[in-house]
Amino acid sequence: MSSTTATLEPRAYHLPEEPHLHEGHSTMLGFWMYLMSDCLIFAILFATYAVLGGNFAGGPGPKDLFDLPLIALNTAMLLFSSITYGFAMLAMEKNKVSATQGWLFITLLFGGAFLFIELYEFSHLIHEGAGPWRSAFLSAFFTLVGTHGLHVTFGSIWLITLMVQVAKKGLIPANKRRLMCLSMFWHFLDVIWIGVFTFVYLMGVLR
Amino acid sequence: MSDAVHPHGHDHSHGHHDDHHEEGSHGSFGSYMIGFGLSVILTAIPFWLVMSNVLGNPALTGVIIMAFAAVQVVVHMIYFLHMNTRIESGWSFMAMMLTIVLVVIVLSGSMWVMYHMNNNMMPHGDMNMSATHDMSDMQNMSEMP
Repeated sequence: MSSTTATLEPRAYHLPEEPHLHEGHSTMLGFWMYLMSDCLIFAILFATYAVLGGNFAGGPGPKDLFDLPLIALNTAMLLFSSITYGFAMLAMEKNKVSATQGWLFITLLFGGAFLFIELYEFSHLIHEGAGPWRSAFLSAFFTLVGTHGLHVTFGSIWLITLMVQVAKKGLIPANKRRLMCLSMFWHFLDVIWIGVFTFVYLMGVLR
Repeated sequence: MSDAVHPHGHDHSHGHHDDHHEEGSHGSFGSYMIGFGLSVILTAIPFWLVMSNVLGNPALTGVIIMAFAAVQVVVHMIYFLHMNTRIESGWSFMAMMLTIVLVVIVLSGSMWVMYHMNNNMMPHGDMNMSATHDMSDMQNMSEMP
């Protein structure tokens, strides 16, 4: 356009066509990046536990403290909540609002049961004098498992928020996108829990 | 698993996956149930192995339950998180592979370094016994120079 003619017109560059990206086109990838960085946080906590997990300071060890049937029940709760969240996503794809809400509520119940059992376990340990202050092993244990529990807590709050959103506005595209983000978050927490129950609880009892 | 570890070559050969390769594919009722069934099996067996101690060999049991955990993580990635090499033009997969590399470096590096430091810094005597006992699950690393 303004090639060699020395006009004083300010130069403007235009793309041949505006990129028409729909709203939220990169949300899923961005949220996945967040999950991967969260995964690194857990990797550091796992590494800390691996390094400190043998330092009992004369206190109780995993064999004395861990109650495997309780952990199996907890694992089942989280696994059930994963599949019911999956059913909520399937109902969402078919635009069934009440079915989506129902499955989300069941997911919330399973998540709540998981948190209840975990808090029961923690209070039991603290009551026995095996709190996070007792030894490096217990500090690392409470940090790792507690961080996971904190994630589940915030996931549950997020789940309640989204149920209110869906109740108010229905399954609009923005709400669907939010539900898909929480879906990834929820399943991701179940993946982390696989590492926790294998590496912390089962390996701890074996050791 | 097979299409998760080969970024090239499998993209065009899986005809039954091409119908929902757009971003954020959710899977179906069947795929969720397969994932759930596999997860139940892959969770129940490690718990059973440890609680009943059928093998009678802690080191072998440990290796087996770690293998079960690794398989279950892959099952969750495929059936629940719907991870594959095609969504988001493969960028999700690339981010995941980078994360796995970093996780492996952080975990193996920490354990390796701290194990050697514990061995070298520990005063000789009975404390050494407890140190080697605590680190018994890392015996495979003790043969390194």
